[in-house]
Amino acid sequence: MALSIIHRATGIALYFGTLLLVWWLVAAASGPAAYAHVQAFAGSIIGRLIVFGYTWALMHHMLSGIRHFIWDLGYGFKANEREALTWGALIGGIALTVLIWIVAYANGGGR
Amino acid sequence: MSTSDTPKRSLRTPLGRVRNLGAAHSGTSDFWRQRITAVAMTLLMIPALVIIVMLLGRNQVYAAQTLSSIPVAVILLLFIFASAWHMKIGMQVVIEDYVHNEKLKLVSVMLNNFFSVAVALASTYAILKLSSGV
Repeated sequence: MALSIIHRATGIALYFGTLLLVWWLVAAASGPAAYAHVQAFAGSIIGRLIVFGYTWALMHHMLSGIRHFIWDLGYGFKANEREALTWGALIGGIALTVLIWIVAYANGGGR
Repeated sequence: MSTSDTPKRSLRTPLGRVRNLGAAHSGTSDFWRQRITAVAMTLLMIPALVIIVMLLGRNQVYAAQTLSSIPVAVILLLFIFASAWHMKIGMQVVIEDYVHNEKLKLVSVMLNNFFSVAVALASTYAILKLSSGV
């Protein structure tokens, strides 16, 4: 499986995506006008797509990282175990992303 | 390893020659810190997500008020500190793997440090500013 390159790619995406987090926090500290800009961007179609992608990258990178932890601890090296961990990270990452967005919308993300 | 391939006789052991070297010239410390910060972020993931979801669609007054509460501020500060450190190490690994020109590599590693520290400091400053209420 080519999952290790996805781990890297999501890591690089998250790296530059932290700019969004910085923008959000700095805007919150700056005042209502700056905060409204962030909200307008994050609420737009492109903004939502980026944040959705960011959510997936974060969840996938986390689960894929946990997979690396399991290997670091010396487990999960058999062929079927590696396959299971890889699919677990792929499916789990998508499932967690969808779950987070359902919870987010239920909590007023659609406002 | 035999000593026959060494041109001059030396009292240095093979271990002594490789000690403190490696691609980053810092041995395994980055490897270890990458894992500490990863565990920290995994543990902080749920509280951090709860904070962000709580603030969705709320106005700046509500956001500023929430972000300035002590538990929220501390959770986010820890998360940011761990993220910045983790991403600095991760990007350095990527740079060391793909950038083979020595000068370009040094410049890239330096820019990576600047970016990661700037992300950490800007976020920290914003949270502390909100917490101090000025």
